[in-house]
Amino acid sequence: MPDVFPPDTVRCDACPVLCYIKRGHAGACDRYANVEGQLVRVDPHILLDRAKSQGTPLVPFLEREGDWDGKIMKGQETFVTAIGAGTTYPDYKPAPFIVSSEVEGVDMVTVVTEGIFSYCGVKLKIDTDRHLGPERNLVRAEGEPVGHVTTAEYGSQMLSLGGVHHLTGGSKSEGRVTCETLLDLCNGKEVELTIDDGASVRVAAGKPPVVNGQREERMRVGCGSATIGMFAKQWFGKVDDVVVVDDHITGVLSEHQAGKLLGVRATGIAIQGRRSTPGRYFQVAEPGTGWGGTNISDPLTILKPFKAKFAWPHLRLLMVSTTGEHFAYYELDEALRPVEKELPEALIESVGRIRENCEPALATVLFMGGAGGSLRAGVTENPVKLTDSVKRKLTRVTCGGAPAYIWPGGGITFMVDVTRMPENAFGYVPTPALVAPIEFTLKKEDYAVLGGHVDYVRPLGDVLKEKERQRQLTSHAQNPWPLKPHVESSES
Amino acid sequence: MREPALIRMLADGRRLHLHDGPIDLIIEASGDPQAISAAYEAVARRFVSILDELCSELPLLRARAQENSERPRGAVARRMFAAVEPYCEDCFITPMAAVAGSVAETILASMTAAAPLDRAYVNNGGDIAIHLAGHQSYKIGMVERPDRPSLFGALEITAADSVRGIATSGWRGRSFSLGIADAVTVLADCASAADAAATVIANAVDLPNHSGITRVPAREISPDSDLGDLRVTRGVEPLPQFEIDTALEKGLRVATLLQEKGLINSAALCLQKCVRILPTTPTPSTRSCRDGFLKCVVCTPDGFTGPSVPEIQAQLELLGRTNPHA
Repeated sequence: MPDVFPPDTVRCDACPVLCYIKRGHAGACDRYANVEGQLVRVDPHILLDRAKSQGTPLVPFLEREGDWDGKIMKGQETFVTAIGAGTTYPDYKPAPFIVSSEVEGVDMVTVVTEGIFSYCGVKLKIDTDRHLGPERNLVRAEGEPVGHVTTAEYGSQMLSLGGVHHLTGGSKSEGRVTCETLLDLCNGKEVELTIDDGASVRVAAGKPPVVNGQREERMRVGCGSATIGMFAKQWFGKVDDVVVVDDHITGVLSEHQAGKLLGVRATGIAIQGRRSTPGRYFQVAEPGTGWGGTNISDPLTILKPFKAKFAWPHLRLLMVSTTGEHFAYYELDEALRPVEKELPEALIESVGRIRENCEPALATVLFMGGAGGSLRAGVTENPVKLTDSVKRKLTRVTCGGAPAYIWPGGGITFMVDVTRMPENAFGYVPTPALVAPIEFTLKKEDYAVLGGHVDYVRPLGDVLKEKERQRQLTSHAQNPWPLKPHVESSES
Repeated sequence: MREPALIRMLADGRRLHLHDGPIDLIIEASGDPQAISAAYEAVARRFVSILDELCSELPLLRARAQENSERPRGAVARRMFAAVEPYCEDCFITPMAAVAGSVAETILASMTAAAPLDRAYVNNGGDIAIHLAGHQSYKIGMVERPDRPSLFGALEITAADSVRGIATSGWRGRSFSLGIADAVTVLADCASAADAAATVIANAVDLPNHSGITRVPAREISPDSDLGDLRVTRGVEPLPQFEIDTALEKGLRVATLLQEKGLINSAALCLQKCVRILPTTPTPSTRSCRDGFLKCVVCTPDGFTGPSVPEIQAQLELLGRTNPHA
């Protein structure tokens, strides 16, 4: 028997094995774990508890026979997710759980099932200005094509991964690797992707992306030109010219429209690169990991000499990057050569503000799938009525309790932010296809109208009684409560 | 706050679910309805004391088994010791290596003693004791990674085979492994023998001192582990093909040796999507054995044609996983 334990070790007394469980580990049964020094029950079927305060995601398992009634009284505060519910696919049978509960005086029904999605994929947004690869080029995992580079968005590069053509349309290996990649991304695990003629990235949902081995910390506040526009007023009068160094568009205050409007005096500053419009320069240097996504370490290298015709001795010049991470302040000497000086008090705030306005760079994962054929049959005997009910917003669609955005038009094509779902909510089958939880919540009367399996509706209290296969989680702070009646629309 | 043992029928009305501490069993008996209920009643009576029996001798069961070791007394514990005894002079092994199979076997014995059954299985987290009478058979699906359950093979066991036990071991499973196999599935005459052999073969699938393998003293993860300071596998980087081959060959050599000694029937070894099969030897001495694995397993990384979804679910259920999640 062991004699010395780390301080957070707990001894589980749920059974005579009396396991010693270290912090972050589970006991021999895998049902009890040490979470933050507390003995906590962790079991497969997940219920979401609508906790008043958002604290730790795991709720200690305390239900004893004595306080069980209290739990049922608070029934409306619990939502049964489809995670671990199983599926009746491809049978024309009612979904595994059809749960009724009364919420604010309204009888609600939630149809809970896991869907097997062959038509599904991931939209991956990577917050970085780095060039990841040409649009339309293949994205690979373990050498297999799993998706492609799609249209870039402001400050972010976009990848579209998965889909039926990679899952089932290519080689077996392509399908398997695609399925694993989607599964890992959806479950929040890190995935390494390479882009043909482009970069290699390591991404995990909700974490900073790593591009070619380098972790992205912050998004830029905007391009160099946008930064001039945003901060021109704060600089006016405190400095004679500002150059915002950026790999895309380097901005110059004195030439920029924003500077002109304020009446900033021309300084005749000359910048390397290609001038686009006044005060906006492309390609001032090569892309790199220096100032503003360029390869510059000394910003003066992008300046041509100042000319006596425009510039003047003691001219004050600020050079700053689009993230505020790099900055330097210069004054011209009598020969109009820039001499670096300490950043004046008056400018410290504006540089700090650039930094404050840069949001953390993240990789974000939206799961996108189509709830088709027999999945709908688990909900109603007349599947098209479910589609119609979802379109009319009588039925709310959630994935593991997270709100789903329903794409307009035909079918039930939905998108969900995987970080708002409980951990490890996704599974897979070797078809290959992803298994994702999906819940349909609607008023009981509406459920009857659309031909729902009303004979299979069970009160929430009954479901909660099967507690030995349940896991209770605190609802995600940003998710609207899935059972709230009179839903206007799903969050979007 | 000791939780009482759970004994209940699953929603399908066919299978019995027993749970007590770390023991979790899915049981199904087929045959005459009266025989089934007699068998289930016998199981319920037998089950409630199993965990206490084991825990009363836990220090002994967690100690290395050696020829001169003190012999445990409990019925399950004796099966455990007997299952690991053939290995105890050649390697470090404790009776715990056979706990899952021994529990399954003991419970199955209580059922078959109570009533005549056509067929029955006791599935203890993938270590399965089976009973087959007449011309009955079972289809079994094999899972390589419990965190991503998909089948890497399937097989059929008939009453004519000598096989009555199936067990799987690997570093991704619930128990610790000293090797790097994702899964080693063993068929043997009984579940306890299969359990011990799967542990030993999975330990042998290894690349000692390989920098891509993360190993941690068992005690650091689980302070009261029977493996103490032995370093157990916690991570394996993707390996080049020649290293996968080397590790699998080492495991296969051990499996072959165990088969020659009559300890196992056949085995399937799985490491990073590569599979090696040790088929049943067609020796005339065994009772008209069929080539269990050889016939039924079709599995190369790209060659395995997956069964249909309902089939997979049926088979995963047989392995005690009623849904596709770990």
